[in-house]
Amino acid sequence: MGESTTANFHHVRTMRKDSRLRRNWAKLRRNKAALFGGALLLIYLVTAVLAPVLFPGNPSAPNLAKSLERPSFDNPLGTDELGRSILGRIIYGSRVSLLIAVGVVSVGLLVGVPLGLISGYYGGKVDFGIQRVTDMMLAFPGFLLALALVAVLGVGLKNTVISIGISMVPIYIRLVRGCVLSVREEVYVEAARAVGTRDPGILMRHILPNVMVPITVQTSLGMGTAILFAAGLGFLGVGVQPPTPEWGAMLGSGRVYLFNSPHVATFPGVAIFLSVLSFNLLGDGLRDALDPRFKL
Amino acid sequence: MNTDNEPLLAIRNLHTCFHVFEGVVNAVDGVDLEVPHGETVGLVGESGCGKSVTALSILRLLRCPPAEIQGQVIFHGRNLLDLDREGIRKIRGNAISMIFQEPMTSLNPVLTIGEQIAEAVRLHQGMSRREAWRWAEEMLRMVQIPGARARAREYPHKLSGGMRQRAMIAMALSCNPQLLLADEPTTALDVTIQAQIMSLMSNLKEEFGTSILLITHDLGVIAEMASRVIVMYAGKVVEEAPVKELFKEPLHPYTKGLLGSVPVIGRKAQTGRRLHEIPGTVPSLLEMPRGCRFHPRCPKMMDVCSGEEPPTIHMGGDRRVCCWLFAKT
Amino acid sequence: MALLEVQNLKKYFPVKKGVLSRSVGEVRAVDGVSFSLEKGETLGVVGESGCGKTTVGRCILRLIEPTSGEVIFNGRNLLQLGGEELRRIRASLQIIFQDPFSSLDPRMTVGQIIAEPIKNHLNVSKAEVRDRVAYLMERVGLHPEQMGRYPHEFSGGQHQRIGIARALALNPLAIVCDEPVSALDVSIQAQVMNLLAEIQEEMNLSYIFIAHDLSVVEHISDRVAVMYLGRIVETATDRDLYENPQHPYTQALLSAIPIPDPEIRRQKIILKGDVPSPLEPPSGCSFHTRCPERKEICTKERPAFKDLGGGHRVACHLR
Repeated sequence: MGESTTANFHHVRTMRKDSRLRRNWAKLRRNKAALFGGALLLIYLVTAVLAPVLFPGNPSAPNLAKSLERPSFDNPLGTDELGRSILGRIIYGSRVSLLIAVGVVSVGLLVGVPLGLISGYYGGKVDFGIQRVTDMMLAFPGFLLALALVAVLGVGLKNTVISIGISMVPIYIRLVRGCVLSVREEVYVEAARAVGTRDPGILMRHILPNVMVPITVQTSLGMGTAILFAAGLGFLGVGVQPPTPEWGAMLGSGRVYLFNSPHVATFPGVAIFLSVLSFNLLGDGLRDALDPRFKL
Repeated sequence: MNTDNEPLLAIRNLHTCFHVFEGVVNAVDGVDLEVPHGETVGLVGESGCGKSVTALSILRLLRCPPAEIQGQVIFHGRNLLDLDREGIRKIRGNAISMIFQEPMTSLNPVLTIGEQIAEAVRLHQGMSRREAWRWAEEMLRMVQIPGARARAREYPHKLSGGMRQRAMIAMALSCNPQLLLADEPTTALDVTIQAQIMSLMSNLKEEFGTSILLITHDLGVIAEMASRVIVMYAGKVVEEAPVKELFKEPLHPYTKGLLGSVPVIGRKAQTGRRLHEIPGTVPSLLEMPRGCRFHPRCPKMMDVCSGEEPPTIHMGGDRRVCCWLFAKT
Repeated sequence: MALLEVQNLKKYFPVKKGVLSRSVGEVRAVDGVSFSLEKGETLGVVGESGCGKTTVGRCILRLIEPTSGEVIFNGRNLLQLGGEELRRIRASLQIIFQDPFSSLDPRMTVGQIIAEPIKNHLNVSKAEVRDRVAYLMERVGLHPEQMGRYPHEFSGGQHQRIGIARALALNPLAIVCDEPVSALDVSIQAQVMNLLAEIQEEMNLSYIFIAHDLSVVEHISDRVAVMYLGRIVETATDRDLYENPQHPYTQALLSAIPIPDPEIRRQKIILKGDVPSPLEPPSGCSFHTRCPERKEICTKERPAFKDLGGGHRVACHLR
């Protein structure tokens, strides 16, 4: 006999009206880490939106006279080798990284979710085909795959988004397919078939809404990964090209001056770290808050 | 057997509540009940009435918090709620043991049936490894598991539902308990298997004189197994009576309603196709009606019912009922 | 002519093993089931877990694809219909599920759930859909104002009412009720059974009422079919089945039901052992391993389904 058993008071949980949202919000609020992530993300978003207000000048205009200055009142984070304000470039860089994050996740969602839905719902040969391709793509480490795609497509913002996006597609396919496989067996899906709902209706109205929670969580985590990957490509010089302020590229060019002017590489690194952290913390928090098995 | 008049188990004013997100749920709200020596007492009610929580509270098998247990559970003159962890552990599975509705979840899937029984006996009775194993085989034979020797070496998933419940009973009886708490022991089983388990339990009770607190929603099982019946509704005892009297002349409107709403095979010709129904639904434990908890569904509701809680009225012949209809004014 | 005629229905599930999913055998979940259902009639199907009763229900609606057999509904063989034709016929042949909560999409409101069949089959305006949903909710005893609520805000009995409203949405001719009350509390069970009976009279519906509880089945049915290991062993009118059960399995099942009356003390027939695995069904009569009256012939030959007159049929060598 077990040391302790919890009584099943499921009936209590289902009785109280419309408290699901409130409970989820309460669970999220109790999660300090998620709140911290959310706050960071908010700062990040505000920075990206208000960039021209926060830094009125042109972040890409060189001013060689001020090359590699240490942090001062005029340039709180110092200047880089071309005398540009690092603070300004980080502020504008937030726009670039946000654009990349949203773009990458959109590619991943738009391609991965439909393929995952089809693969999971129909099964059979379609599923087999999609899964083998997914297997092949997952055999490479994600970053290597993105790097290889860049090698094929070429450098630049658009290609960075496409390459990283495609490298993330198999993750979405796997995730969605797995969820669909379990939701497909739910009685309400059978009930929908029994009242004569066609397959597209079942997929869009019954299955998709019921797999949204894991997709949402993955989207948050995916944005963090996207920023990291984009920074990695930028660092290697095959991502977004200068003079566009991109954190990874800034880190890459600052690497040369690491001994004498460490601030050139440090601050972009901190920006990458904090933005990735914010998405990861929020993603984990969402997972805990939205997962019904995780009880308060 | 004990000859004095003290009941084997006496529960006095038991309150068990759960602290949940929405507030406090009073799952058991002032329950009194007794289990006399050698008797089977049936505890009947619908889901959420607190019958299972009552049983779990006896052995303190609820995680506290969120649960909180108050009151007295007197077993052999001692209040089980006052015992320390070690004290209650010595009682569990030894003097009082429990069988659950779904045997699979209460058996450990990675230990063989024999190991699980032997472990309990070694723990409580201080038998040696070999003795305990032999005892386990003996117990499995006693609950009529065919090929008991071989079965003792098998894992729970290899057994059918009925066999698992037998194994569970064997485990529960292995330390020769004085009281068996049986929580819906046959609900998950098919009718023909249920008949097997019920006859097994009756035989074992005769043989060992074990008292049983039988918790079920099935009035048929109660009628065939129990000598006394306690009816619970929304965390409270509404009626208690010897089994024959309860079925012959139920007093509380809820008991009447419950008895009327069960289809009885072969009675359609007399009663017609329409079953008696109790209108409405069981109230949420978070939003209990004031006064008598049954009054919103009661066909005999009076003014007083919605205002004040009904008193417990002791009727002749060992009966009690908790209803304003029987209060002498 | 009967509204629904099922002929020799079979469903074998392949059992696959290993990486290559080789077929290593088959589970004969339904093994040659035949029955008919008249207009306005309730046919009860009773049996223990694993007897195939649920699979029969699903096969009739082709929610599970049967292996072979015929299902003639309203003059058409459902097993030969294409996807779109089948979809359309589902308007008149409906199902109610055992677990009412899990049969309702948690992300849809009750109004959307009940409206789904209407939107699928009829081209009507939003207002008309709304009116129809409101009418249906009222009909099954729910408040139409609660249309915008989600399933988790309702109780178990109300879930089943929602399921019933959805099944009634298109005025079906027949409903397969798959254990519709077994997940409900006793007092709620009576409410739902009364509702089903009322609706049946009002709409002249036919039911196939599948349940494991013989007293529930007997109560609501006009005729009862008893299943054991994928086959029907006895069919009789409700009264005949109770007063004059013929098959030893039916007799055991009847005697095993606990009667809520302590004054009645019966001699029970307690069957030995468990239901055999449908993966390896016993030879001959599939009940012979547990039958108290077993004879030599039972282990060898499969008994024919004999007509004893008056619609009472039994598959037993000894009758």
